[in-house]
Amino acid sequence: MWWWTKKRDEDLERELRSDLELEEEEQRERGLSSEEARFAALRAFGNPTLIREQTRVVWSWNRVEIFLRDLRISVRTLLRSSSFSLIAVLVMALCIGAATSLFTVVRSVLLKPFPFRDPGQLVMIYEHFRAPSMNTKGFNYNPVAPADYYDWRTQTHGFEDMAALRWWQFSLTGEHRELPEIVQARGGSWNLFPLLGVQAVVGRTFTESEDRPDEYVAMLSWNLFERRFGGDQSIVGKQIHLDGQSYTVVGVLPKGFTWPDAKVQIWVPYASGLPPAILQHHDFHFSSVVGRLRPAVGLASAMSQVAAVQYGLHLQNLNAPVAEEVASKTLNQALAQDVKAPLIILLCAAACMLLIGCLNVANLILARSAARQREIAVRSALGAQRSTLIRAQLMESLLISLTGGVTGVLLSLAATKWLVSNWQDLPTAQNIHADGTVLTVACGLVIVTALLAGLLPAILSTGKGAIAALHASSRNTVGSRSRTALRKTLLTVEIGVTVVLLIAAGLLLKSFWRLRTTNIGCTTDNVLTMGYSLPSKQYDTPAKVNAFNEALLEQVHSLPGVRAVGLGSTVPGAGAGEDDAFTIPEHPSTTPNAAEHDALYRTASPGYFSTLQIPLLSGRFFTSEDRIGHPNTCIISHQLAQQSFQGENPLGKHLLVPSRKIDCEIVGVVADTLYQVGNSSEATMYFPLLNGDSDQGLTLAVRVASDPLSLSLPVQKEIAKLDPQLPVSDVFTIQQIVERSLGNATLSASVVLAFAILSLMLASVGLYGILAYVTTQRTGEIGVRLALGAQREQIVRQMLGDGLRPALYGLVLGLAISVGAVHLIESMLYGTRPLDPAIFVSVAATLLLVAMLACLVPAWRASRIDPMQALRTE
Amino acid sequence: MEKKQQRANLLQGTLDMLILRTLLFGPTHGHQIGKHIQRTTNDFLQMQHGSLYPALHRLERKGWVVSKWETAPDRNREFKYYRLTEKGRKQLVVEESQWKQMAEAVARVMWPAAEEN
Repeated sequence: MWWWTKKRDEDLERELRSDLELEEEEQRERGLSSEEARFAALRAFGNPTLIREQTRVVWSWNRVEIFLRDLRISVRTLLRSSSFSLIAVLVMALCIGAATSLFTVVRSVLLKPFPFRDPGQLVMIYEHFRAPSMNTKGFNYNPVAPADYYDWRTQTHGFEDMAALRWWQFSLTGEHRELPEIVQARGGSWNLFPLLGVQAVVGRTFTESEDRPDEYVAMLSWNLFERRFGGDQSIVGKQIHLDGQSYTVVGVLPKGFTWPDAKVQIWVPYASGLPPAILQHHDFHFSSVVGRLRPAVGLASAMSQVAAVQYGLHLQNLNAPVAEEVASKTLNQALAQDVKAPLIILLCAAACMLLIGCLNVANLILARSAARQREIAVRSALGAQRSTLIRAQLMESLLISLTGGVTGVLLSLAATKWLVSNWQDLPTAQNIHADGTVLTVACGLVIVTALLAGLLPAILSTGKGAIAALHASSRNTVGSRSRTALRKTLLTVEIGVTVVLLIAAGLLLKSFWRLRTTNIGCTTDNVLTMGYSLPSKQYDTPAKVNAFNEALLEQVHSLPGVRAVGLGSTVPGAGAGEDDAFTIPEHPSTTPNAAEHDALYRTASPGYFSTLQIPLLSGRFFTSEDRIGHPNTCIISHQLAQQSFQGENPLGKHLLVPSRKIDCEIVGVVADTLYQVGNSSEATMYFPLLNGDSDQGLTLAVRVASDPLSLSLPVQKEIAKLDPQLPVSDVFTIQQIVERSLGNATLSASVVLAFAILSLMLASVGLYGILAYVTTQRTGEIGVRLALGAQREQIVRQMLGDGLRPALYGLVLGLAISVGAVHLIESMLYGTRPLDPAIFVSVAATLLLVAMLACLVPAWRASRIDPMQALRTE
Repeated sequence: MEKKQQRANLLQGTLDMLILRTLLFGPTHGHQIGKHIQRTTNDFLQMQHGSLYPALHRLERKGWVVSKWETAPDRNREFKYYRLTEKGRKQLVVEESQWKQMAEAVARVMWPAAEEN
């Protein structure tokens, strides 16, 4: 196309020249001297340049050519003021990059359907407890009991089918003493994969006859298949060992199947390995249920059938925690529940920053167009159409946005990767990447920002006032007043949005700080923890379990540097773990099925409390006498004592846990601990570890003199000495556990803070720019005033006031918006309120301080103006 | 000043027709076309090069003429010769008849008596 135009141009040039020469020759033949002939020819011919121009117009490429010319001019103009362009492009790149990254994550996590057959028809179904007190504890979307699931499936007709899955964890060992490893697993009912529309890539999925307690078959995730079995398809049909039990591998799941969690490595049938009795229970809540709606049935009517069945079950089991109602969520909602609020907030923050970026670039362009007023005036005086001038300016802002956008998208690829890898437990994290939709949205963003940043200044600076600027020439203070007013309005909005971001960042930071300094109720210094799980196949009697545990405790205790060692189901800060309903036989009147009668279930060795330094409030800790075969005992937390024994002495009273057939005497009360930083403490009941249950994972806690992690290897060696096939998991200090649980709070607080600081910088640059511009404009005026005897302090004060006014308006605007908007982040706050006065005050102070600094330089410069100089340049 | 008033500006759209008609005599180059029109009208129609060349290029783009660099027979130099195409011939017929209708219509308005006779 380029060479085509060029060739065309040369051709025309040659044609005109040959015809001109001919004319010249003819004139000469008529008897004129050669010089006269040339002039006569030129006269007859007219302006060759004009002819060329006019001829070019008829070429069809003309439009493209004009575009290219505009482009060329714009590029040249931008390159000429390279610092302006660089700043503008950088601002745009950051803003578009951030917005694109967050959109990528939000889209993948919250919006993108799962790669299943007709995913819109799939819903997750939960039990729903009616009492409000239950809902605050998260029981409104409660896991489902197996017997409830079976009844729902057989007795309702709104769903094509329903499938259940349950959480599990195995220690995977091979036939030939390969390294043991802990793998995340799920039990899925036989119909789960057909229901989702997922097929095995090797082998097959489960059959109905395999979904029984005494059947041991397994499917491998693609990841495990590749990693541990080298992608060897002959693994299908062979045996693997899970918790000491041999399972036959029947199939391998496809690579993209990472639902509900990419960490899941092994699938077994739902009922496989469960005690048959559990499947009959309506009050053992451990399953997720996914249903596929029949095509013509609405969600509400399908759910109402399930609700009717559930209410019947509730009435049949009044004394057990069986929910009255049911509730549903989409698959995306179910997975994204914890990340939704932070994600939306980060997206909003990115959008705010994008807006600020646009306003900033608009401001910059406006400032430039002020400087280019005479150029524009001259161009329009020479006949340039307004549309041409607007087009030229839009071209510049488009170029800025486009360059910024491309850089931004590249940035966002890296930023997305960083965000995903730093965000713990982000669902579907493997599938988060930019795709066509994301790129389309990014393109849309570029165009919108270009229009936003370019159109307004372009229209304004090419209006009727443009010619007036030429008249006004050097005294152009009048013509630019409206433009300055517009810039101040833009700046006010910019500062307003910045204030909102600053307040959000302040609140999140304060929450984060509160979280960091929370006392979780036990020592966090120098305690090493690690988890293991004794396979029930080998450790099939309480005696064997106790033998291992006691031997381990004893050997670890004798390691050098160990102060104390304890063993329990879990440690504070590491999650909620199991909970159970209890009753107190001494209080027969209370209704058993209520939130006040649910407590966290823990086991603890005699040394558990003293190792973690959880204080004893009354009674005693467990001793080695509290074990199987001895009188049943338990210890309760302070909160449980408060809730259930208001004022009474709980010691000597009894606790009944029907689902576990436990009936025991309360022998001690310990202080409360937090199961997770950021959540309030919950009633907790502790039972002696030495009762010998092997049915759960255990956490070993070792308190040492210093440097706890250095002891991890010696402790693991002790475990390996006792059982070389036993894998160890989660080797962390308590400090690390706490920090890990704060990871996402850290992330969102620091990202929002980064956005806020960037916005503050942009706003102050804008403020500086506008005041510097006003100063330049008013140089003459200030010169006159100084010459007439105005004091320099007066000038400073006045200029400061001029600059600070938009900052003040913006601050007020921002505070007003914040008061309305902070409720959005209420769910992410901890230890602070949305309308925290300290935050509001400090944000206002910071903003004013920064604004003051930004204004001070131009104001000072204004006061230093030399009157003579100013008047002379006038 | 006097002379200028005698020269008429070309009516919009007639230039194309005149060029096509000129090319009916055979292929020729831009300068000659201009000269020819000027001479045939006894200098009444003054050829503006500013409209001649754009018109030639427009006709070429529409496919009514084609161009080729050829050596002039009387001068030892190459000129860009324009040649009428088949399509151009048809267009000339169309434009000619349109012009005739136009001229007759204008004549009827301007000299109604003559029409009655």
